[in-house]
Amino acid sequence: MQLETGASATATLDGNAAVAHVAYRVNEICAIYPITPASAMAELADEWAARGLKNIWGNVPVIQEMQSEGGAAGTVHGALQSGTLTTTFTASQGLLLMLPNMFKIAGELTATVFHVAARSLATSALSIFGDHSDVMTARTTGFALLSSASVQEAHDTALISQAATLEARVPFLHFFDGFRTSHEVNKLFMLSDAQIRGMIRDDLVRAHRARALTPEHPVVRGTAHNPDTFFQAREACNPYYERVPRIVQAAMDRFAALTGRVYKLFEYDGPLDAERVIVLMGSGAETARETAAFLQKAGERVGVLQVRLYRPFSAEHFLAVLPDSCAAIAVLEQTKEPGAPGEPLYLDVVTTLAQAVAAGRRKIMPRVVGGRYGLGSKNFNPAQAKAVFDELRKAAPKHGFTVGIEDDVSRTSLAADPHFSIERDDVVRALFFGLGADGTVGANKNSVKIIAEDPALFAQGYFVYDSHKSGAQTISHLRFGKQPIRSPYLIESANFIACHKASFLDRIDVLRLAVKGGVFLLNTPHGPDAVWDHLPRSLQQQILEKKLRFFVIDAFKVARDTGLGGRINTVLQTCFFAISGVLPRDEAITRIKESIEKTYGSKGADVVYKNFAAVDHTLAHLFEVTVPASAASAFDRPPIVPASAPAFVQEVTAKMMRGLGSGDDIRVSQLPADGTWPSGTAVFEKRNISDIIAVWEPGLCIQCGQCGFACPHSVIRSKYYHENALGGAPDGFKSAPVNSRGNPDVRFSLEVYVEDCTGCGICAEVCPAHSPLEPGKKAINLAEKAPILEAARAHISFFETLPLNDRARIDFANVRGVQFLEPLFEFSGACAGCGETPYLKLLSQLFGDRLQIANATGCSSIYGGNLPVTPWTKDAAGRGPAWSNSLFEDNAEFGLGFRLAADKHLELAMALLRELAPRVGDDLARSILSAPQERESELRAQRARVGVLKQKLMAMDDETARNLLSVADHLVRRSIWIVGGDGWAYDIGYGGLDHVLASARDVNVLVLDTEVYSNTGGQSSKATPLGAVAKFAAAGKRVARKDLALQAIAYGNVYVAQVAMGANPQHTLLAFREAEAYPGPSLIIAYSHCIAHGFDLRYGMKQQDLAAASGYWPLFRFNPAMRRIGERPFRLDSPRPTIPLKDYAYNELRYRALANTDPIAAEALLVRAQQVVTEKYRQYEELARRGAECFHPDCRDLNVRSGNPA
Amino acid sequence: MDLATNYMGLALRNPLIASASPLNSNIATLRMLEDHGAAAVVLPSIFEEQLVTERCEFERCIQMPASGFAEAQTYFPAHSNFGSGLERHLDLVRRAKEAIGIPVIASLNCVNPAGWSSYAHGLEEAGADAIELNVFFIPADLAMTGHQVEQHYLDILTAVKSSVSIPIAVKIGPYFSATGSMARALADKGADALVLFNRFYQPDIDIATLRLSMDLELSTPAEIRLPLLWIAILYGRVPVSLAASSGVDSADEVFKYLLAGADTVMTTSSLLRHGVEHMRTLLGGLSDLLAAREIASLGDIRGRMSQRNLKDPAAFERANYVHILQGYHLSRTA
Repeated sequence: MQLETGASATATLDGNAAVAHVAYRVNEICAIYPITPASAMAELADEWAARGLKNIWGNVPVIQEMQSEGGAAGTVHGALQSGTLTTTFTASQGLLLMLPNMFKIAGELTATVFHVAARSLATSALSIFGDHSDVMTARTTGFALLSSASVQEAHDTALISQAATLEARVPFLHFFDGFRTSHEVNKLFMLSDAQIRGMIRDDLVRAHRARALTPEHPVVRGTAHNPDTFFQAREACNPYYERVPRIVQAAMDRFAALTGRVYKLFEYDGPLDAERVIVLMGSGAETARETAAFLQKAGERVGVLQVRLYRPFSAEHFLAVLPDSCAAIAVLEQTKEPGAPGEPLYLDVVTTLAQAVAAGRRKIMPRVVGGRYGLGSKNFNPAQAKAVFDELRKAAPKHGFTVGIEDDVSRTSLAADPHFSIERDDVVRALFFGLGADGTVGANKNSVKIIAEDPALFAQGYFVYDSHKSGAQTISHLRFGKQPIRSPYLIESANFIACHKASFLDRIDVLRLAVKGGVFLLNTPHGPDAVWDHLPRSLQQQILEKKLRFFVIDAFKVARDTGLGGRINTVLQTCFFAISGVLPRDEAITRIKESIEKTYGSKGADVVYKNFAAVDHTLAHLFEVTVPASAASAFDRPPIVPASAPAFVQEVTAKMMRGLGSGDDIRVSQLPADGTWPSGTAVFEKRNISDIIAVWEPGLCIQCGQCGFACPHSVIRSKYYHENALGGAPDGFKSAPVNSRGNPDVRFSLEVYVEDCTGCGICAEVCPAHSPLEPGKKAINLAEKAPILEAARAHISFFETLPLNDRARIDFANVRGVQFLEPLFEFSGACAGCGETPYLKLLSQLFGDRLQIANATGCSSIYGGNLPVTPWTKDAAGRGPAWSNSLFEDNAEFGLGFRLAADKHLELAMALLRELAPRVGDDLARSILSAPQERESELRAQRARVGVLKQKLMAMDDETARNLLSVADHLVRRSIWIVGGDGWAYDIGYGGLDHVLASARDVNVLVLDTEVYSNTGGQSSKATPLGAVAKFAAAGKRVARKDLALQAIAYGNVYVAQVAMGANPQHTLLAFREAEAYPGPSLIIAYSHCIAHGFDLRYGMKQQDLAAASGYWPLFRFNPAMRRIGERPFRLDSPRPTIPLKDYAYNELRYRALANTDPIAAEALLVRAQQVVTEKYRQYEELARRGAECFHPDCRDLNVRSGNPA
Repeated sequence: MDLATNYMGLALRNPLIASASPLNSNIATLRMLEDHGAAAVVLPSIFEEQLVTERCEFERCIQMPASGFAEAQTYFPAHSNFGSGLERHLDLVRRAKEAIGIPVIASLNCVNPAGWSSYAHGLEEAGADAIELNVFFIPADLAMTGHQVEQHYLDILTAVKSSVSIPIAVKIGPYFSATGSMARALADKGADALVLFNRFYQPDIDIATLRLSMDLELSTPAEIRLPLLWIAILYGRVPVSLAASSGVDSADEVFKYLLAGADTVMTTSSLLRHGVEHMRTLLGGLSDLLAAREIASLGDIRGRMSQRNLKDPAAFERANYVHILQGYHLSRTA
């Protein structure tokens, strides 16, 4: 968005932008850290500052990224103490990390506003979505809590809270609903500079400055009190809090005078003789209000009381607006406080009413019940609001109810009428089903903007994403009308439905919400005469029954023909305007072209012309289908998961996979109560996201295993087997003689799991085998999937009947051998071409059946653990990686806990085994206790021995035996890995990581280093390289990346390796095995290319190679164990730089971007970056020359292996 | 000794120009070239296709992952204008003009008329003293006639001339049926200079991978013959400046080109091969050659060996060919 500086005008923004606009203009410092869904506020502030945009006092705010929200809060605290106007933006766990400072800031009566896009807290699971559980934890901090319910309100309240805090000296937490408000795009009236100026009193700003610490007038803050004074001092702030409600209302009144928009601390809507009232805050209030208005028309005496100022809670203001007639109240909350008599707002309401009745200020005590709704952005719709009003009509309404779910366990839920809808006929409701990368969401945001720019029209856009990073499905919910549109809930009946990817028809019931007589637009390669026969039968029936007008366009063809490649946004946007009738067609086309000019003008005339051409071509290729009289298709939507899937997958997972709210029907009893989910369910989700897939050429293949090693999605599998096993192979099943000598009867097959292949092309790029005759052809190539899909399914089925290769007979030491190890991490939703996942797959192949992973929050926790399905899986014996995510900031400590527990239980098991040795057999006990467990064969033997032991223990009716049985599995060496990205390892989790590395415990740390916060959209971390552009480093990073490896090496007893699979896969393999074998802390820093680097990830491994070749990413291993055998511990494993840094870096947008926008800075930064590379390499060479005696001493020999320090 | 020359209206202190190459994208190098005696520099070519490709790639990188995942709507600073790439070149022109006193010639390679004229306009505004149109065009379309090829060149020139007022040089290849006629046609359409010749980088085949290899072969003195021939033929017969390009390694080649009739002599390969300082060697060598012959100014030798000034003008035509064949003996290659 543009930062408006002119007079009050309308704009079309999302909630984050609406809030950031104000916060930026009324502050001098913003301390920031990325967290969903609040990141965008910080990103905008950073970008505005990079562009030199000024606040209302004419200076550019300082935007400082910190290492965590804890750091941000500390910085805010310091800046406030020093008298600047300072803010921050956060949510969820980020807010939790700020709490300690918030107590201090409030205790010191410091004026500030924290803007929070309210989000769930991680409990049994993480949720990035919205509810009030985070802000409710801040109730006790002393911050005032001010809630807003819409994009307009959030914009306005950001200013009201700033005005109020300056006067009150009580800090404010301004919150609005994560996603529902933060990400909803809506038309709003922007505050002008003059209006903002009019709300902020400079005398109060100066008073704030006057309270700053200064040596000119020194004071002391942060003293420690004794029992004599602490209590009294704590009570001294009371008058300030007492004034807050009056100050906020006064600010609201001043605001109303300036803008005409009226707000109240508590806003009641409804008849003055209402009997039933819902009390709530946040965007749900809008839904309740619309519902109440609908019911009022039918004569129901219902009302809604919206809470804006939640803390300090003003009983006086609350009672003033609640009708005396009200006999039943439901307090609705988007938070859960297990074990409490009610959620927080409920308790406040009950207390307020009880006190009022007791004091005689109110005659009757209404019946008050509390209920929960909307946790984790569960859609809260009018039907649910009506269910609550209906419940209040009962003689004994439920307390502690839930609405929006079916709770068949505790029976808390209220039933909502699925057919109740209050969608207005004068509002156009449109649903768009798009693929993440096709531009649908962007086009729809643009459409909202185009329509909202019409002074007579209003528009709203809300976007729902699935949980995958590659090939995700998006559903855009758009409303347009002549009245302001609030309705903060998903569209329930649509008069326009567009499906932008025809293959969705096989999975999703896209027409479920279509109204009778509505319009259906399908993007399909089939023309108007042929398309009918390609539709599933049930879809045909829906079109007929609902009498839909049906249009088709081949958007990909139009885009291709006009030079837009795969971007179909302009094409489908044109279709929408051409057939929806929201705007007159000619006017709409003109507006689209104006918008194209605005968007692409700076990118060159040719881009503009191509998009213009696409608009014109679209109109010529958009056809209305003459719908036949009957549904005649012989096929219908196939089942979501195969019949062979386990019951849980059939009953639960499949519903989640079906999408479009289908998962909302899952009952409480069907879900785990403690967050424990089965692993290995990704295999049931055949997403078929790519039309091109990898195809193997057995005749060219040299069976090197490089393709499978590099494949990010584990879709390339290899097996060798006796040729007799080919009996019964389906036609076309591919195999070749295994190319190792001495095995004439053995065949080799490489199978591509085509339905899981993302078509990223990395395999084809790394394949070293070229056809001697056909240019460009390799042993693995990309080809169209459709012609071979059916045959491939049969081939995969047969391939799976071939026996898995015996791990004991596979050479783990080379890449070629690894291809025969079963991956226990497969088919994740990571980005196509992801640079991280090949490392995780390798981890699972090498150590999977004894692997326990602590995974930091971030990309790897999302593609690793985001439902509906889980890519971590298990082997035929039921063993596999045990995976868990604690938090972002504590992952190293979390993993250390795994190690301590494993060591403790090993110690216990060994002691019990010694005790039971005479009974289980001395030989068995001795062999278990003394077994080496380094090689696969040794581990297998130990597993067999432990198996025998467990059998014996099970037969013993003895407490000691039962105790040993409970820990006996620890007798097989457990592999503990701590996995996370650079945001965790370099920034937020660095303190813990450093401590764990210093612990001397046998943990392995894998840093998937993408050099940015990838998961939240590419914000700079301390791993971001000098000169690269990233969010929060929009002008190019000006500090070199942290050398985490050198810091760890400095301990002397930490195994450290820096790897890049694309530069040398064999080196990566070696490092993984050495790290795991090393009986102390190990750290692997793995170069992970990422979409945030800005290049075609097909060349990801090539870029890794160039990174090493330039010396930017030297490969090395520091192995303290080398000292014992007289070897040098530090090995520099990649050759001296052979290319300049530029030849690597400038293949990526993150570096090249600056060369386009600021060539002088880019050139200077490149020179410095090259200097850093050269000097770093010199340092590493110097390390490589050092003998063992030149490193810190290794004290591991003083430790018990994997145990307590001696 | 007066080495001054006039190149399409630009007064140059000597005839040596550092032609377009990546070397000239560095301001420090440009300063060194000036210090070592270069009379003008041609900046690296703006390749329209490259800019368009880069822009599309930027767009793809930014848009492809955008709005596909709830936590990350974008992966780059949302409002960063990564530009069209042209700004990078315009900025180089501006900085070069600030940094050096010798004329700065911008080079342009475009594929469509709109691109040619809009980019040329930008270069003029950025301060370029002249523009060299680097028409790198291989008529691989077998339906294209020679006339159409020629018209393509003329259309480009017309488009650019209509959008700028600074001098325009056209760098052409030698592959016309009638190079002389083409040169005259370009002059008629307003070309201020011709640069002879463009070396079309011709791909090789990597027999191991069956891929085309596109590596750069620096030019050698053996390559001066063709430009030398045509400069000698065109000298004094078309009303444009003539710049020689290709094959310069020592002052000998410079001297030869001047004798044939070149107003200026351009080199990149020798600078890449011997370093930027080589410009001084060339200049010194040229002075020595002139001094040894007691020649006081370039005007005294320019075109002395051109076709127009030779007693036997046919020497540059078929007679030369016949003579060479007749004089060629196997023993010369032994």
